[in-house]
Amino acid sequence: MKAAVIVFPGSNCDRDVAVSLKDAMGCDADMVWHGDAEIPKTDLIVLPGGFSYGDYLRCGAMAAQSPIMKDVVTKANSGVPVLGICNGFQLLTEAGLLPGAMLRNANLKYLCKDVHLRVERNDTIFSRHYTQGDVIKIPIAHHDGNFFADAKTLAQLEDRNLIAFRYCDSGGKITDEANPNGSANNIAGIYNENGTILGLMPHPERLADIQLGGVDGKTMFSSLVETLH
Amino acid sequence: MTTDSPMAEGITPEIIAEHGLNPREYAAVCDSLGGRAPSYTELGVFSVMWSEHCSYKSSRVWLAKLPTTGPQVICGPGENAGIVDIGDGQAAVFKMESHNHPSYIEPYQGAATGVGGIMRDVFTMGARPIANMNALRFGSPEHPKTRHLVSGVVSGIGGYGNCIGVPTVGGEVNFDKSYDGNILVNAMCVGLVDVDKIFYAAASGVGNPVVYVGSKTGRDGIHGATMASAEFDDDSEEKRPTVQVGDPFTEKLLLEACLELMAGDAIIGIQDMGAAGLTSSGVEMADKGGVGVELNLDLVPCREEEMTAYEMLLSESQERMLMVLTPGREDEAQKIFEKWGLDFSVIGVTTDTGHFVTRHKGEIKTDIPLDTLANNAPKYNRLYTIAAAPAKITLEEAPAPNSLKHTLLKLMGSADLCSRRWVWEQYDHMVMGDTVGRPGGDAAVVRIHGTDKSLAITTDVTPRYVAADAIEGGKQAVAETWRNLSATGATPLAITDCMNFGNPERSEIMGQFAGAIRGMAEACEALSYPVVSGNVSLYNETNGQAILPTPAIGGIGLIKDTEMRASAAIGAEGDTLLLIGPERGHLGQSLYQRDIIGTAKGAPPPVDLEEERKNGTFVRELIAAGDVSHVHDCSDGGLWVAVAEMALAANIGADISLGNQDLPAHAILFGEDQARYILSVDKAKSLEILEDARENGIEIRELGFAHGDSLHVEGGDEVKLADLRKAHESWLPDYMNTV
Repeated sequence: MKAAVIVFPGSNCDRDVAVSLKDAMGCDADMVWHGDAEIPKTDLIVLPGGFSYGDYLRCGAMAAQSPIMKDVVTKANSGVPVLGICNGFQLLTEAGLLPGAMLRNANLKYLCKDVHLRVERNDTIFSRHYTQGDVIKIPIAHHDGNFFADAKTLAQLEDRNLIAFRYCDSGGKITDEANPNGSANNIAGIYNENGTILGLMPHPERLADIQLGGVDGKTMFSSLVETLH
Repeated sequence: MTTDSPMAEGITPEIIAEHGLNPREYAAVCDSLGGRAPSYTELGVFSVMWSEHCSYKSSRVWLAKLPTTGPQVICGPGENAGIVDIGDGQAAVFKMESHNHPSYIEPYQGAATGVGGIMRDVFTMGARPIANMNALRFGSPEHPKTRHLVSGVVSGIGGYGNCIGVPTVGGEVNFDKSYDGNILVNAMCVGLVDVDKIFYAAASGVGNPVVYVGSKTGRDGIHGATMASAEFDDDSEEKRPTVQVGDPFTEKLLLEACLELMAGDAIIGIQDMGAAGLTSSGVEMADKGGVGVELNLDLVPCREEEMTAYEMLLSESQERMLMVLTPGREDEAQKIFEKWGLDFSVIGVTTDTGHFVTRHKGEIKTDIPLDTLANNAPKYNRLYTIAAAPAKITLEEAPAPNSLKHTLLKLMGSADLCSRRWVWEQYDHMVMGDTVGRPGGDAAVVRIHGTDKSLAITTDVTPRYVAADAIEGGKQAVAETWRNLSATGATPLAITDCMNFGNPERSEIMGQFAGAIRGMAEACEALSYPVVSGNVSLYNETNGQAILPTPAIGGIGLIKDTEMRASAAIGAEGDTLLLIGPERGHLGQSLYQRDIIGTAKGAPPPVDLEEERKNGTFVRELIAAGDVSHVHDCSDGGLWVAVAEMALAANIGADISLGNQDLPAHAILFGEDQARYILSVDKAKSLEILEDARENGIEIRELGFAHGDSLHVEGGDEVKLADLRKAHESWLPDYMNTV
């Protein structure tokens, strides 16, 4: 399997996700500079976390105009799987590959901590090694992760079963207290219609190593590798 | 002006005084120029280079007394940061620096640029920053500005570190009314470098290109170094324009561009433009290389129009570097900086004149012997009086509380001991994927990427101890970092110091400085734990009121096998708790005395360095052997507070006994004796350890066992963990959310 990690000026979780990919795939991911016109042939595109263009203007807004994004959109539309983590999720919404937008966290502060997520689907290439309804622990680290969409879009996401993960308590209950940033319907991550694009605010690559305190994130990478291998 | 020194046209004694130079210093300026008067631009250059901040004129004679060598030391004080060997051809580069004055005036930008500046000091040397720490001190929680300052400083630190993608893994936050008008923001950075790829600031060779890279120069931060060398008064708000504005995105690009260029061999010398900007970097690089330098200021990338030579030389605009390249390698370097979207301009050349020459619009603006700027700054052996150590208090001066239980709840929910979660959740402490020991433990633990090794990092000082007895307090600050590192299983390697004091022209303040240095030196010597970098911040006073003397110490240690480390939580239900170290019930200067009785008095706890070394080594060897993996040091607040912290971290309660029956319960539970550790181990292992310790002459006793969901102490008092957690976790968020 081959994976490409897109590196924007200000990306800072590019190496972290490359480490998790290598652990899962057994080989190095291609690190692709944002100024390039084309991504080498790949089975997976990853838009990593960080502060592309310093998050100036709006998170992900400037990176969405980078030269490489044309090819990301083309490949995504032709079915190449895309994983957008944190800043990568913000970027997917700015690029129009996923609906909605991210507002400031409800408490207006940057938040870095482990949160619980409920796995809403396990029938996608990203989630097949999870069990539906599983409660997993994965960290968030963002200032603008408050998922927002208008009522119609939210209803579509819900009706078409496009919610990937929701913030929940340790028992799997979806509560306001368990919602760290004010996201609509406790949404932490969403899929596109065919389940080939996943955007999520939590960082699976940060708990994919037992020395770091957990391996729930590793399951996402092993799911991908088994499917795309 | 009382001297006969010459003055250039338009220069008045008032202008000279505004530049922070007294008449004798001004006379020395004229002397070093061969008797002629400095131009206005030259006056500005001398003003910053001879400021306390850049020249260490009051502290140099004392700093020379600190031990700075050891087999592990690759580079000691005097460079951008200190460097210690961590084996396998790798080294750790680290330093702590103050940004106190700017952070008080403009907390967000002051703190942010403090973080940016210290990271540049580290990557200037070729190292990739891998962890940031900070030591913060604010005024009394009741003071009307405190909330605003805490909020601004914490978001400034997070705003910069989170964006650049270097984890902020820990630090300390304390409150005391002495910081009401003068907060302390000390930022530390640790980086990783290959021993054969270290870069220094020396600009050797004549005729080599001097290159400016990074952000453009603006009018921000002019005279920051001079401001940092003066006291505050009620008009300090007016100094806001001297605070720099940070751009962490540009710093991230600068970091990547510098490291990319450093992978090759085009750079001869490199120095960041920090305090005193272009002046200080140009002067220091040329001086270290024993050459002269000539700069054409017409070529400096500026972000504002019509900037004067004076402004360009003194600007402290952030995210800029000065490099000396091997001739002919300019194009290769320029390509890298252009890829990252940064300015790159060859602005000068190294010369054989030994002078700092700058030209602007065809005119020579400065022509100053470098040697005099860098090394002939005034050096003061200021008067000092080390206050006599106060007597140890009697037990009557620290009477028993009405309730031990309520005392514990009050201490655990106090400003100084409550959980700092509200702070560190605003810092990205996990980015780079190597934080194995997160904030909240004794020391943060960060893996050396791709190896089995880790570094433990901590910052500590107990200012009230230093105020009571500067020598013992200085010793204690060093010993506590050593202990915190040992408690994780790390072998302490070296320290960086950030010396925050009041006005050195007052003999009692200079006495605090001298005493603290003496104590620190003694501890460093006894623990084979040298000082490799540091920073001095004096004049931390407002309207004549000095801060508590605060020699903040940042220590780093090496864990050879990351699997063999300890956390500060109880291990498991049923574990035996062992207490290593003395039980003398020392309540003088304790938090019990200060926060429960009302005033901290008497002598601080004495530090027995031999005992520190013995106990720390014993604990570290147990961890390395895999016998123990749950250890917490016992410091502020005393024994019961330490047990409570271990219990909360694991959500397992503990029953403890009182041991020394000659002492009252409150002295055992809240006394702050030094050199102590609590271990949580299974029963069988505890018997082995007890025997082993006794054979080695280590003071040890069975303290109790881990059990249930409450803390229980011999004689009856019991505290539910849920109540304790509420008290511990709620103080800071409640305080910050109060309007």
